[in-house]
Amino acid sequence: MTNNTKITLAHGSGGKLTHELIRQLFLSGFDNSVLSQLSDSALLQLNGMKLAFTTDSYVVKPIFFPGGDIGRLSVCGTINDLAVVGARPMFLSAGFIIEEGFEIPLLEKIVRSMKETAMAASVDIVTGDTKVVERGSVDKLYINTCGIGIVDDKIHFSTSLIEVGDKIVISGTIGDHGLAVLSGRESLDFNSSIQSDCAPLFGMTCKLISSGANIKFMRDPTRGGLATTLNEIVTAQKYGILIEEQNIPVKDGVRALCEILGYDPLYIANEGKIVIVVSGKDAVKVRNLLRNDDLGKDAEIIGEVIGESPGKVCLKTVIGGTRIIDMLVGDQLPRIC
Amino acid sequence: MKYIDEFRNGTIAAGISRKIASVMEGHDMITIMEVCGSHTMSIYRYGLKNLLPPNLRLLSGPGCPVCVTSISYIDTAIAMTQKTSSSFSDEKDVIITTFGDMMKVPGSSSSLEKERAKGASVAVVYSTLDALRLAEKYPEKQIVFLGIGFETTAPTIAASVIEAERRGLENYFILTAHKLMPPVMKALLRDKELNLHGFLCPAHVSTIIGSGPYKFIAQDFRIPCVIAGFEPLDILLGIYMLLEQIVKEEASVRIQYSRVVKEEGNPTALALLAKVFEPCDAEWRGLGLIPESGLKLRRKYERFDALTAFRISEFGSLNNSKIQIPKSAFNSCICGDILRGVRTPSECKLFRKVCNPEHPVGACMVSSEGTCAAWYKYGEM
Repeated sequence: MTNNTKITLAHGSGGKLTHELIRQLFLSGFDNSVLSQLSDSALLQLNGMKLAFTTDSYVVKPIFFPGGDIGRLSVCGTINDLAVVGARPMFLSAGFIIEEGFEIPLLEKIVRSMKETAMAASVDIVTGDTKVVERGSVDKLYINTCGIGIVDDKIHFSTSLIEVGDKIVISGTIGDHGLAVLSGRESLDFNSSIQSDCAPLFGMTCKLISSGANIKFMRDPTRGGLATTLNEIVTAQKYGILIEEQNIPVKDGVRALCEILGYDPLYIANEGKIVIVVSGKDAVKVRNLLRNDDLGKDAEIIGEVIGESPGKVCLKTVIGGTRIIDMLVGDQLPRIC
Repeated sequence: MKYIDEFRNGTIAAGISRKIASVMEGHDMITIMEVCGSHTMSIYRYGLKNLLPPNLRLLSGPGCPVCVTSISYIDTAIAMTQKTSSSFSDEKDVIITTFGDMMKVPGSSSSLEKERAKGASVAVVYSTLDALRLAEKYPEKQIVFLGIGFETTAPTIAASVIEAERRGLENYFILTAHKLMPPVMKALLRDKELNLHGFLCPAHVSTIIGSGPYKFIAQDFRIPCVIAGFEPLDILLGIYMLLEQIVKEEASVRIQYSRVVKEEGNPTALALLAKVFEPCDAEWRGLGLIPESGLKLRRKYERFDALTAFRISEFGSLNNSKIQIPKSAFNSCICGDILRGVRTPSECKLFRKVCNPEHPVGACMVSSEGTCAAWYKYGEM
């Protein structure tokens, strides 16, 4: 951050600058052993109980997009941050920051959407907060949610458990959410069928955990996409990851829009997918379990943990070449020629 | 996905790769320049270098429009956003509209992205039509479109000027810094440091201009040219078609990308270009002034020229005195040599250290199609 005196949009992209900001400013500011794990949820021991605690703010634009809305997203996102650490999500909070002039029927619609999503995941929204600010101070509506979940004592996921030979599984197609939101923006005249994958993943993680498969680590590849999540896994580790481009599931519509706009689906946000690192012998079992679930029917084994290239994510391309996949740098921008 | 997957077939790639290896067998080093940034990106994105023999060297050329845009151009665009309304004739505020790649390009002391964070009105658009829409929506504002790019994008900007005239828009302007491909290739050929054996010519530029404008390269300089598409098989086949000529010491202009590029190019687009623009000398970042290598608006359309409208004599003259070029950083940047293909990013002292995609020093690091960005992103295994 040495060269930056102001926050730019790239600080919020989920990529390199976000990580830099978190490590150099927030982590050093709030320094403690729980936070420094930089896990999707904080894991806490309280009166003999293991709890997962997480928070996330939602500022998506537009607030209604193909396949979802800011309300559904704010419930799913927090549930998923709990689910991937192995927790059973129990309670959520919801804080609303609303722009003066926002239409109450729209707010009702969003609240209904939150309620339905929470009910479907057997989670209760038990506390909340409302603030209204002057017109122009926020863009329509922002929502913050926090979540608490219970973690079984036996469950322990960590990147430090990962070994050479472990497999990487993705629960379905990538890039759907990011492009659905993008195509929902009025400035883009794309008629596409792309729908956000926004969904609560607890049902799936629950099945995976109870199957007894030797799962080492799980994460939902949201901002920064699959590429960023894989990089987070290998950072500062003695192993690398090799993934096969041709095994990565991407819907045709997503691929087509990416081709047009010059985006790489590897870096596009997902809101209903899990990356799972599992022991080699259990990989097929995990993939098949996922495929039996509606949300995981396109699950694939996309790569493995390797001893070479420690700390790096490598990609074997469709035509047989190889290259490095870095974390998202900056905001993805469309090419101009 | 049809028309894409066919050109990314691993089995066919391996076949062409074997043919390339057999043509190259026992040969001295052969150097081919891919002029266009999209070729560079594709080569890295698909790891094509793994499929090529060690005695074949690929050099990246100056075909990344963002990379060759001059520092003074960026400074001018930034200065336009900074000017208070009272400085302008009609007391109207300026909204800069641009394709996304320009946002991070460093000027002498700032970038459009940083200025936007400070409150400047800068809108990223996907088409000139979006800029026209803004001009209609905000008649009280001045909409300036940053017209950069090669023959590929220039016709769409020409079309927007004609459309703005048709709609009677008086608040739409172009800050033009369009560049032309054949003149810069000529400048490279005259560079004694470069020892090229063939040009992989740009795909989409050639869609517009056809194959004719490259003929002087084969005829006068005896360097073969192949116009190749951007898919991995296009590039491999294009390289093979070049090698065939190089080993036989032949030189002609051939079209690999024949599913899109015609010998005569796109006559409609060319007519539109000729109607709105005329050639002019142009400043290339890192390469200097190259005669007849740019486009400016014809007299008839001068009122759409942002420089004329805002009474700016030339790029950079709006610089306020606070803007100082940080000489130390820029002096060590070897973007110019990289754009000419004489040095690679790994030979740059700043690469990966001071200069990275978050804090680019030179423009080759900014654009997703810049050579340094490609090296950084898809670096060595």
